[in-house]
Order: sequence, then structure tokens, then C-alpha cells
Amino acid sequence: MKELFLLQVRLEIRKKSVVISLVLYLLSLVFINYVSLGPLNVSSLPGVWSAVFWLTLLSTVVNTIAKSFTAERSGASIYLYSLVDPAELIISKILYGFLLCGGICAAGFLFFATLLSNPIQDMPLFALTLVLASFGFSASLSLLAAIAAKTNNGSVIMAVLSFPVVIGILLMAIKVTKNCIDGLERSASVDELVTLGAINLLVSAVSYLLFPYIWRS
Amino acid sequence: MAKLKNPRGLEDSQVMKMSYWKILSILLLVYTVTGGFLMEVPRLAIVNETIRSLYFHVPMWFGMVVMFLTSTLYAVRYLKKPGAYFDIISVEFANTGLIFGFLGIVTGMIWANYTWGTPWHGDPKQNGAAVALLIYCAYFVLRGSLENSEQRARLSAVYNIFAFAAMIPLIFIIPRLTSSMHPGSGGNPGFNTYDLDRNMRMVFYPAVIGWILLGVWIATVRIRLRNIEDKILELEYEKNH
Repeated sequence: MKELFLLQVRLEIRKKSVVISLVLYLLSLVFINYVSLGPLNVSSLPGVWSAVFWLTLLSTVVNTIAKSFTAERSGASIYLYSLVDPAELIISKILYGFLLCGGICAAGFLFFATLLSNPIQDMPLFALTLVLASFGFSASLSLLAAIAAKTNNGSVIMAVLSFPVVIGILLMAIKVTKNCIDGLERSASVDELVTLGAINLLVSAVSYLLFPYIWRS
Repeated sequence: MAKLKNPRGLEDSQVMKMSYWKILSILLLVYTVTGGFLMEVPRLAIVNETIRSLYFHVPMWFGMVVMFLTSTLYAVRYLKKPGAYFDIISVEFANTGLIFGFLGIVTGMIWANYTWGTPWHGDPKQNGAAVALLIYCAYFVLRGSLENSEQRARLSAVYNIFAFAAMIPLIFIIPRLTSSMHPGSGGNPGFNTYDLDRNMRMVFYPAVIGWILLGVWIATVRIRLRNIEDKILELEYEKNH
């Protein structure tokens, strides 16, 4: 499993264009936000900042995870994956996706802070939310990416399948982020964080159980 | 549901039997409609006579959850033991669930228009319901975009189970955390905390059972139809080859 995980990291680094295209995608999205929201003085509207931030991340993350299986439809990797246990494969995919999503979240926040503003008052809590949400995105989207990769119009199907599923994670994340901006006490966000953690556990357990059925073909 | 166990028996599946539970469903729904419109209800401000929507709006959600749950259970059975029959059952229960969910949203919007002032209020339960419908619409989109029937059945079964699991927090947990304009919120959103009086319970419980039975009935009719269609296709194929 460790080898699988490392292999994916190595493959990704070798294809530098992919990483660069992702960063550019994110940067352009943030720039569009900046151009369209710039006149509004977003830092005075905590709800708007939080919503726009998470929507930007969502579309980037969906696009990122969507290609985690499509890239492997052809080539030697099929042979490789016929050798390994599907359960191990999905775990390594989720972990790798977690790494990528975490990177995207961090980069997204950096872009937002420089271009728009940084209204976050409770940084540690916000960082925890980012980590939990990245794991949730990765766990729920990896399985859907595997499903979408089997269809002939994968990218549209990926979006259709994933949006209703990640709404729960998104709602909780937006709420905690707004609490962080308002500088509320941490006890105000406990319910949301616990729910987020529970969603993560549920989604990764179900992915782990269901993935072998997709992989059989 | 003993009848569903006979996969290919056309003789059995062609004949629509009038089982006791179908008669029960008809009787309960006749009682719901007459009793629901004629029996005494509490006089409450704002809600007034619209409180009678309770017998039609709320059972739609119970029906929807039961239909989707059945659909998911048959998806699990399909994955355990693949066979076209379980797939058909799973799809048709999801279809019926969608109809119930859609009716639930429409009846809710009509009711909300009179009591809350606008049809759509961004209430957490409204949003949860909308997400449930989106998920099962996506389920049908996924089925539409896969051509191989075996692959379609397997992948959509996986999505069905996964989406149902992801839906649980959204419609059972998050509405309990946030405030809502629905009655009984800020605690258990189930019907136990509704301040139903005794008269209303006498119509409400039968209404729930009646609507659910009707849903199962619709689903079984559609399953039978699909089986007959498959059988016809099979016979035609045999004739031509």
C-alpha cells in the first residue's frame, strides 16, 4: 500500500503539467472571484467570503479527483492494478487525494488571502476545518471518480454525481468558516466539526466496502 | 412480498392479484381522504384549516424514505448476488421514491405558501429533501450514460448505496442541528413532537401506512411490467434467431 501511494506521488510529480494546470485553474478561479467581487469589499461580508471560498475549492477539487481514475484507463497501470488488492488501492487513492486536496485548500487560502482578504480570526480551527473537509472531499469523490471513469462522458457525470453527495461536507465547512471569521468561541463549532468527522468516517467506510465491486470489471 | 421471489414466472406475474394489503391500502386511503377532510382538527392561528395537509404532505416523506431504503437494500442484494431481477426492483423503487419526493416537495410548497408566506424558504428540511431528489436524479442520469446492462446495474447499485449513506447525515442529522420552521425542530424532527391531538393521530397513522402501501403497490406493478417487457424481448429474440 505504501508503494502504491508513493507510486502515485511519483507519477504526479513526473507529469508536471498536471500540477501546474491545477494551480493555474485555481488561480484563474480566484482571480475571477477577485474581479467580480472586488468592488464589494468582501472582508465586511463574512458569509460571502466563506461561501465563495468553498465553492472555488469545490470545483477545483472535483476536477482534480475526477482525473484520478481516468488517467489510468490505458497503459501499463492496468496491468499493475490487476496485481493489487482493490481495498488497498482505494485506501491509497483516498490518502493521495487527501494530500492533493490539502494542497489545493492551502493554495486556495493563500490566493484568497493575497487577492481578496484574510478575515479569518481563529486560524487553528480554520486549519482543522480545511484538513477535515479535504479528507471528506477525497473520501467521497474517489469512489465517484472510479464510477465516472467508466462512463463515456465522464466529466459531466462526475459533477452530477458528486455535487449532491458533498453538499453535507460543504454546508458544515461553510458554517465553521463563518464562525472562524466572526471570531466566535470554539464551543460554537463543536457540533459542526463532529458532524464533519462523522460524515468522513461514514463516507470512507462505505467507499472501502463498495470499491471492490467497481474494480471487478 | 412473497410474489417478488418468482423471477421469470410469467404466469404468476401476468396475473395481478388482489392481496389483502392492497385492499387495506385502498381502505386506509379512502378513510384518509374522507376523515382528513371531514374530521375535527384543532383551530390554530395562521395554520387554520391547512393543518389537514399533514395527512398528505408528511406521509409523502415517510413513503419516500421507505422507497429509497428498499431500493438501497435491493442494490445491496444485487451486489451480493448479481441478477437482473434485483436490479429492476431497485430501479423501480427508486422511481416510486422520486415520485413521492416530488409530491412531498410540491405539497410542502403549497402548504408553505399559505403558512410561511412563500413557497420556498431555504428551510434545512426543504434543502435536505431537494438534495435527496438530486441524488436520485443523478442515479438515473448515471444509468442513462452506461450502455452495458451488467455494468449499468453494478455501478448504479454502488452509487445507490453510496449516495444513500451520504444522504443520511443530510436528512437525519443536520436538520436536528439547525433551527427550522417545521414543527418540532430544535430536537427530534420526527412526528412524536408534533403537537398532534388525539383526533389527528387517528387519521395520521393510517394515512402513513396507506400511502406507503400504495407506493409499494405502484412499485410492484412497474416491476411486473418491466419483467413482462423483458420476457417479450427475449421471446422476440428467440423467434428471430
